[in-house]
Amino acid sequence: MVAVVNRDKCMYCGACTSVCPKLALELLETRIKVYADKCIDCGLCVKACPVGAIRLEERK
Amino acid sequence: MMNDWDVIVVGAGPAGIKAGEELAKRRLKTLVIDRKQEIGAPKRCGEGLSDRWVTVSGLKPDPTWARQYINGAILISPKGKKIVIDSEKMGRTGYIIERKMFEKFLAANAIRAGAKFLLKTNVEDLVMEDGFVKGVVANNMGDTLELRSKVVVAADGVDSRIGRMAGLNTLLPLAEMDSGFQYEMAGVDLLDPHKMELYFGKSVAPRGYVWVFPKGEDVANVGVGISGTDEKTAREYLDRWLENNKRFENASIIEVNAGGIPVTKPVDEFVGNGILLTGDAARMVNPIHGGGMGTALEAGGMLADVIKEAIEENNVSKEKLKKFQDIWMEKHGKEFANVLKVRHFFEKLNDEQLEAIADIVVKGKISPDVFVELSHGQGLGKIAKGIIKSSPSIAKLIFEFIKR
Ligand SMILES: Cc1cc2nc3c(=O)[nH]c(=O)nc-3n(C[C@H](O)[C@H](O)[C@H](O)COP(=O)(O)OP(=O)(O)OC[C@H]3O[C@@H](n4cnc5c(N)ncnc54)[C@H](O)[C@@H]3O)c2cc1C
Ligand code: SF4
Ligand code: SF4
Repeated sequence: MVAVVNRDKCMYCGACTSVCPKLALELLETRIKVYADKCIDCGLCVKACPVGAIRLEERK
Repeated sequence: MMNDWDVIVVGAGPAGIKAGEELAKRRLKTLVIDRKQEIGAPKRCGEGLSDRWVTVSGLKPDPTWARQYINGAILISPKGKKIVIDSEKMGRTGYIIERKMFEKFLAANAIRAGAKFLLKTNVEDLVMEDGFVKGVVANNMGDTLELRSKVVVAADGVDSRIGRMAGLNTLLPLAEMDSGFQYEMAGVDLLDPHKMELYFGKSVAPRGYVWVFPKGEDVANVGVGISGTDEKTAREYLDRWLENNKRFENASIIEVNAGGIPVTKPVDEFVGNGILLTGDAARMVNPIHGGGMGTALEAGGMLADVIKEAIEENNVSKEKLKKFQDIWMEKHGKEFANVLKVRHFFEKLNDEQLEAIADIVVKGKISPDVFVELSHGQGLGKIAKGIIKSSPSIAKLIFEFIKR
């Protein structure tokens, strides 16, 4: 599994990036960059998000 | 672009801007960088700032940013009991500010002092040489810049990614972050346009609270902070609270905000060779109410003194810069540790127990001012004494907790 951000919901607030143990998420001005190779699908970012904009999805 | 700075500050929030001003005032060539395209926006903040911090920061409330004078707070218990705190009496008034205007105002001051700013510029990496941070690699609107400096100040907010790049442990444990969500609303029916409203209860906001911070007669920041570990999202809590609250029937949204709040202890190490962390990045946040602007502003002067001395002595080692951490911890370390303890106590209480505490305050057994004391890590003993007759079990919990 890997973290996937729903861009329509995302507030670009950085709650998820702060708790990611692997620096797999980076907040840019209007984008969350996901480094899929670093993600260990721990799901912490999913819980941290104030609006439910992150999910874990099957890797393609 | 000049490429030889004394100090590069990453992040133009309250911490970074104020640091920039104080450094420039000490005649250090200072560059403040932010990835945003506008200082102050989007805000991730309820915008509450007490007078004490305005004064500590060497400012006077200015009508361009001091939106609404605040003379107290109304705390609302799970069952709706209202506890009014009169802050004027306690000499602890404050403002709900317009943060965007405030930060631009601060930045203008910093620029007058000689600091330079670079926006829409994301710091992607640090320049490291011989175990020292020597600058940053940044993306400035598509162009990669390598900018060099004697010291880097990481004022990059809750993310604190810059510190992690330098090998400092700034990872925020999920359980020690509050997930925050807020609407700025107009058409709000306020209890009192000069008092902050705070609503407590497990179903309202697990661990945290719902706040209504007035920005005018009928405009307010209405937000919620909840424990990061909660299954539901902060947005769900706020939306449900608003739906159940008839007073907000005629209100509507003029801005949507979200953010993470580090309600934890300060990071173990604020400093490394050639780098120093400040503000949210160092977790200088009151872990009971989540306010972090004041301490972020105050730290600017402290760190500027330390950096000035370090650069003059040509020694920007971790050991030298650690003086900043020592000064800060001396001033706030003990208090914040106590505040965290008080928070840990309260998060274990259920709604019934919270109600019992509200009850003794409403009945006049103890003064509502005790809640202000709690936010400074004091006052648990007073509650225990006041509640010993009506709820001895709670008093016992407190005594056991204090003893530990
Ligand atoms: C919902 C909510 C409500 C709050 N309410 C209050 C309140 O009422 N009162 C109060 O005092 N505090 C409140 N806080 C806390 C307060 O907002 C923070 O403590 C404060 O913003 C900390 O200031 P700072 O300068 O350390 O960080 P920030 O204000 O977060 O600034 C960090 C800056 O760094 C920039 N940055 C980050 N990484 C990079 C990079 N790699 N490159 C370039 N730029 C970068 C960011 O764009 C940002 O502008 C609240 C927080 C939240 C989330
Ligand atoms: S699932 Fe874990 S590792 Fe992956 S992005 Fe989220 S927090 Fe980071
Ligand atoms: S926590 Fe949620 S809303 Fe905030 S930046 Fe991450 S995905 Fe977006």
